[in-house]
Amino acid sequence: MSKHETLGEALRRQGITRRGFLKFCAATASMMALPPSMVPAIAAALEKAMRPSVIWLSFQECTGCTESLTRSHSPTVEGLIFDTISLDYHHTLQAASGAAAEAAREAAMEENYGKYILVVDGSIPVGNPGYSTIAGISNKPMLLDTAKGAAAIVSVGTCAAYGGIPKANPNPTGAVAVSDLIKDKPIINVPGCPPIPVVITGVLAHFLTFGSIPELDALGRPKAYYGQSIHDRCYRRPFYDKGLFANTFDDEGAKKGWCLYKLGCKGPTTYNACATTKWNEGTSFPIEAGHPCLGCSEPDFWDGGGFYRALSMPTEDITRAAVYAVGAGAAAGVALGAMNRAKKARAVKTHEKVTINDLEKVADDD
Amino acid sequence: MTETELLLWVRGPALQIATVIFLLGIVVRLAGILMLGRKKNLAEARGSAVAGGLRTILTRFIPDSGTLQRSTFNVVAGYIFHIGLFITILLFAPHILLIEDVFGVSWPALPTPVVDATTVVTIIALLAVLVHRLRHPVMRFLSGFQDYLVWLVTILPLVTGYLAFHRVGIASPPTLIAIHILSVELLMVVFPFTKLMHTFSLFMARYYNGAIAGYKGVNS
Repeated sequence: MSKHETLGEALRRQGITRRGFLKFCAATASMMALPPSMVPAIAAALEKAMRPSVIWLSFQECTGCTESLTRSHSPTVEGLIFDTISLDYHHTLQAASGAAAEAAREAAMEENYGKYILVVDGSIPVGNPGYSTIAGISNKPMLLDTAKGAAAIVSVGTCAAYGGIPKANPNPTGAVAVSDLIKDKPIINVPGCPPIPVVITGVLAHFLTFGSIPELDALGRPKAYYGQSIHDRCYRRPFYDKGLFANTFDDEGAKKGWCLYKLGCKGPTTYNACATTKWNEGTSFPIEAGHPCLGCSEPDFWDGGGFYRALSMPTEDITRAAVYAVGAGAAAGVALGAMNRAKKARAVKTHEKVTINDLEKVADDD
Repeated sequence: MTETELLLWVRGPALQIATVIFLLGIVVRLAGILMLGRKKNLAEARGSAVAGGLRTILTRFIPDSGTLQRSTFNVVAGYIFHIGLFITILLFAPHILLIEDVFGVSWPALPTPVVDATTVVTIIALLAVLVHRLRHPVMRFLSGFQDYLVWLVTILPLVTGYLAFHRVGIASPPTLIAIHILSVELLMVVFPFTKLMHTFSLFMARYYNGAIAGYKGVNS
């Protein structure tokens, strides 16, 4: 692959038909909530786009994000779009290692300074620099150094976007998100554990088409993909509205495909495209497989009070508190009541009856 | 404190604190009323005090025709928001789940669109009740700080619950839920020390009136 061929040339060389390419453009346009009239514009922009240099840094991560992007869509257009960016550094995928790999990163940074896209997966430990190093360089200086010349940063996965599992309580490595360290570059968060493949290719396509980053929500996520909650787009939503719930994973309700809210589904507080784009080339998504949403595209999803506890359920033992409160209340109430009765009895005992003579005496005194 | 930590706190320790104050306060106050005792009635019974008491608990659910004519608005709006509160609190699926988790009992829920609509009606009724209270010279004269406080802590959970359910974009969904739960906890803390105690004491008062009448063998 030449570094200077356009995306369109690269796709044709790999046997992607014009029809297949336009289908991808149409799908991308609808995913990004753009009107159909934008499809030719996207196609033209992508055709002419020079393969952008992408540097992919992997920090405290499990490679699940890379797996999601590379394995799930083997021969599709999305996969090829990914192949046809100039992925100049990705230590999981590249053949080079050690000093040669670092040299490739430095060369790409120098050649495309100010223009390359930096993709990060994994969180960055700030506790002890030795917790995670690559070629002897710890994560934080590598990120700061590589971010300097980046046009934009894409935080792929919940770890890079929000700290993710490494940041889960008690956060032994002092893990932080990319946005905690980089403040002066546009950052696109593509959270998920892992994120949906088409979401990252969509974000890259947006960048190639418009040369800008897509519209983001308050958590830095592209609104086109994270604009709606799982709950609102869930095919089981009618069962929630009817009050029909699965109580266990194998009861009648579960078999009938009823709502998984009682089993801890975090769909109502989770914003992602799972319910619409689905996984494995549109086959299904976790709720379709009978498992509640874990809320993996949200910050601190690992510490949200338990995956299998419904959102409205308490996270501490309330029953015991209630029993103690009623017991203490009864004891205090009876004690206070007894004091009141004693007071009343004393009042009755010391009460002197007023006779007509006493009243007359008072009247005389006046 | 992150939004997740806030939500965990309101679902955990804060709920424990609110539950303890709520239940302890209610039990102390009810025990205080019950321990007042009653003087022995030396007159001969002409009917059953218990039957009269129980009957009156039920019959007082039907508004007296004179009262209905004199203060139609109060009766109608009052019924609407009380029934609305009953439905929204006790027949919404996530609420039933909370009750089941704490007390181990549950019952079927109403469809969420029904609860949703009820919430709107209840909020409107409560707003109307406030406007009426402010506009009616006698009611305004009789109203003190506590009346407005009680109104506020009652409507807050409805409004915050509505916002949380529809995830209105003024805050993130977990924050909206946290605010809703906090507003309920405020209601629970205020409850035992205000007129909200009528939720429980009203049945005792009805029984008391009914029992006196029943003992005398007359209708209450």
